[in-house]
Amino acid sequence: MTERLAPNSESDVVEAVQWALAAKTPLEIVAGGSKRALGRPVAAEHSLDLGSLTGMRDYEPAEMVFDAGPATPVAEITAELAAKNQQLAFEPPDLGPLLGEAEGRATLGGVMACNLSGPRRIKAFAARDHLLGLKAVTGRGEAIKTGGRVVKNVTGYDLCKLMAGSWGTLGVVTDLTVRALPAPERTRTVLVFGLDDGRGLKALRAALATPHEVSAAAHLPAAIAARSGVSYIMEAGVAVSAVRVEGFGLSAEARCVALRDALGAFGPVEELHSKNSGTLWREVRDVAPFAADTAPQVWRLSLTPDKGASVVAQIAGVVLGAEAFYDWGGGLVWLALPARDDAAASVVRGAVDEAGGHALLVRASERVRRNTAVFHPQPAALAALSARLKRGFDPDGVLNPGRMVAGV
Amino acid sequence: MLMPKPDQAVLAKRNRLIAGLHDILPADCVIGDETRLRAYECDGLSAYRQLPLVAVLPRETAEVAAILRLCRELEVKIVPRGAGTGLSGGALPLADGVTIGLSKLNRILEVDTANRCAVVQPGVANLAISQAAEAEGWFYAPDPSSQYACSIGGNVAENSGGVHCLKYGLTTNNILGTEIVLMDGEVVRLGGRHFDSEGYDLLGVMTGSEGLLGVITEVTVRLLPRPPVVRALLIGFPTVESAGACVGEVIGSGIIPAGMEIMDRFAIQAAENFAHVGYPTDVEAVMIVEFDGPAVEVDHLVARVSEIANNAGAASVRASRDEAERERFWAGRKAAFAAAGQLSPDYYVMDGTIPRGKLAEILGLIKRLSEKYDLRVANVFHAGDGNLHPLILYDGNVAGEFEKTEAFGAEILEACVVMGGVLTGEHGVGVEKRDLMGTVFNEADLNQQQRVKCAFDPDGLLNPGKVFPTLHRCAELGLMHVHKGQVPFPDLPRF
Repeated sequence: MTERLAPNSESDVVEAVQWALAAKTPLEIVAGGSKRALGRPVAAEHSLDLGSLTGMRDYEPAEMVFDAGPATPVAEITAELAAKNQQLAFEPPDLGPLLGEAEGRATLGGVMACNLSGPRRIKAFAARDHLLGLKAVTGRGEAIKTGGRVVKNVTGYDLCKLMAGSWGTLGVVTDLTVRALPAPERTRTVLVFGLDDGRGLKALRAALATPHEVSAAAHLPAAIAARSGVSYIMEAGVAVSAVRVEGFGLSAEARCVALRDALGAFGPVEELHSKNSGTLWREVRDVAPFAADTAPQVWRLSLTPDKGASVVAQIAGVVLGAEAFYDWGGGLVWLALPARDDAAASVVRGAVDEAGGHALLVRASERVRRNTAVFHPQPAALAALSARLKRGFDPDGVLNPGRMVAGV
Repeated sequence: MLMPKPDQAVLAKRNRLIAGLHDILPADCVIGDETRLRAYECDGLSAYRQLPLVAVLPRETAEVAAILRLCRELEVKIVPRGAGTGLSGGALPLADGVTIGLSKLNRILEVDTANRCAVVQPGVANLAISQAAEAEGWFYAPDPSSQYACSIGGNVAENSGGVHCLKYGLTTNNILGTEIVLMDGEVVRLGGRHFDSEGYDLLGVMTGSEGLLGVITEVTVRLLPRPPVVRALLIGFPTVESAGACVGEVIGSGIIPAGMEIMDRFAIQAAENFAHVGYPTDVEAVMIVEFDGPAVEVDHLVARVSEIANNAGAASVRASRDEAERERFWAGRKAAFAAAGQLSPDYYVMDGTIPRGKLAEILGLIKRLSEKYDLRVANVFHAGDGNLHPLILYDGNVAGEFEKTEAFGAEILEACVVMGGVLTGEHGVGVEKRDLMGTVFNEADLNQQQRVKCAFDPDGLLNPGKVFPTLHRCAELGLMHVHKGQVPFPDLPRF
């Protein structure tokens, strides 16, 4: 019989994990469940539903820090912070629609467990860099804490980094302390029209080499641009390269002007103001161009930035019907491929390995995700080290078995 | 401070060890004579000294791997060492351990501006990276005060900060990859020139691991375009409270300056007497706030923060008009340590972090403790991120005064923890704060951290005696299964 354990407190979580240890039966860890279609399917009959561990506490705007339970909706946090002119600077994506789910269901615990960061990753770091402290219950059924409530902290190993991006395989996070940062007063986006992928990424690199503190840099080939909800982009009929600046009003405007000048050499330029900028970067963040048609499989490639276009060209030369767009100045590629049983994994990973980086299979059927390496395979020594770490936290493999690597 | 007892069996193997090291390295890279070993007897925490069993200076990754394999085979401990500028004793040698100095791995391998990064060996000085990238208009952001000397490998090991990490982040936020050698001689690469990890974030856990997990042999750091304009404000405050409140007002209004430093009255006077930089001497606190970026932004923020400071009751506000003036503002802050050295035979640098809002409270406490212990203190703060560096002045030649200083420092750090802060913001735990770890973490927390070490170094040969107050053998930690909160855990004696 399938059990759904619904703890109300850290001690309930300890009890649940100890039950799983005693019963020798693994648990699937769920905060909101919005990312079940992401990663490998968990080989567990029972689930540990953290839905009751929700809500923000001890938000101190002057200290730019707050605590929250893992099931706290990102939307709730974003709204609370916005009321004090602050934000989650890493721009957490909402991948719900991309994965065929409703939007607005992402939780803080889920975003941190997967270390998901949006376009501002290039300036404001990743989700993991904003996680200051946490409490968790390990697979040994022990409650532990790590980190603190301050940014500058080197007291002991940085287990926050290890837990972020561990997909619930090392511990059940019961409470998080996260950093907030000031929200920008004004946003401007400079658009350059009509560049092919190679030139487009070159324009983004040029922008990122200026001292104008670019906070996002994306390139949308013509077919992708046509799916935007921003009319300037949708109606362009050509590829659109986009560069964002944010900050105090005068400063954002001055930097926008300077970037228009700098990028004018690449092609015709235009600018978006705050509202249209918001729409565009939400689309890029949430991979909206690939959300409408759920048939293709979607890959997320984190790459050596100047290799973005050549990796895509290499894959598209082998797999017909490939589509891609670029974020992080070329360092992040969202790639849609016609569905195949093997997800064209060897083609994708071959190209990525040559360039330096890793590829995550983000959208595919459960069967494909069970039979294909969803996460980029590691060299043997690194995989062995990771497996030893897993055993250190969860020796009996009761937490999310198989979520990242088959059989682990 | 007790260190683990030297293992007599290892001391007896010294000749065999040295012979083995000579098979790996040229003669001048194996240091065994006492005179030359003296150079390695301490790091920046010079109150603690110990000659290593042997010191070695490998020139490439393969040599590091061979040394580690040999030491593992002979069951000899390893202490990695960068430039030796660390302030918590992380590179303090062991009498029965090999100190492995990375100073000969000192090449900048590539400045790759297309990918906004540089690939460097661990012995490269922090500042040298920015200098190498300067011609093309780039820099490496983390800037510890010792940046002309400290090495990037040491920065990664300690997760170093600096004056400008308020805006730009710490080392951990500014590196993309490393190559490390594990204790079994295996060479692994974490990260690369791309963002984030394909699996567990081992790069994140390596950063700040204080030489206990692996030996760093290469680092890929992020580079940023140099800001075109830098200006600073020099602000005097009649009370420490008003300076602390001003920090909160600035941050609360959505401004994140590049740096935000506070010095207290004693530190101001010491710096002024030493460097004659023109600080106001009739105030209780001086704050330096620095902005960088496009001119229009910097000028705007200089005006806004001047206004905020005036509203917070500032006694004086000066904005730098040129580079020379900005450098004068900083000259006093940078001279604070040297100035303390002029006032006293010895000084002890503390490093705690507190929530910003507790600045005035902790300063009040430090003042009371200064009277209790009858030791003078100069306070300098990275105020923007609540990182305090009290300099306790003492005379090491007076019997018992160093012990008194340590007790004073421990009380400050314990107070930081009580106020919601932590033991160390950027200097690391090392040997210095090892025995205070129990004020932050309980046994379960610390055991889990040690299990991370076990995954990297199952025999506990890398830098033992640092960070953890109690050493456990990995096999014992592995057996630790909890039943209903009862921990059948053998309490090994403290060393």
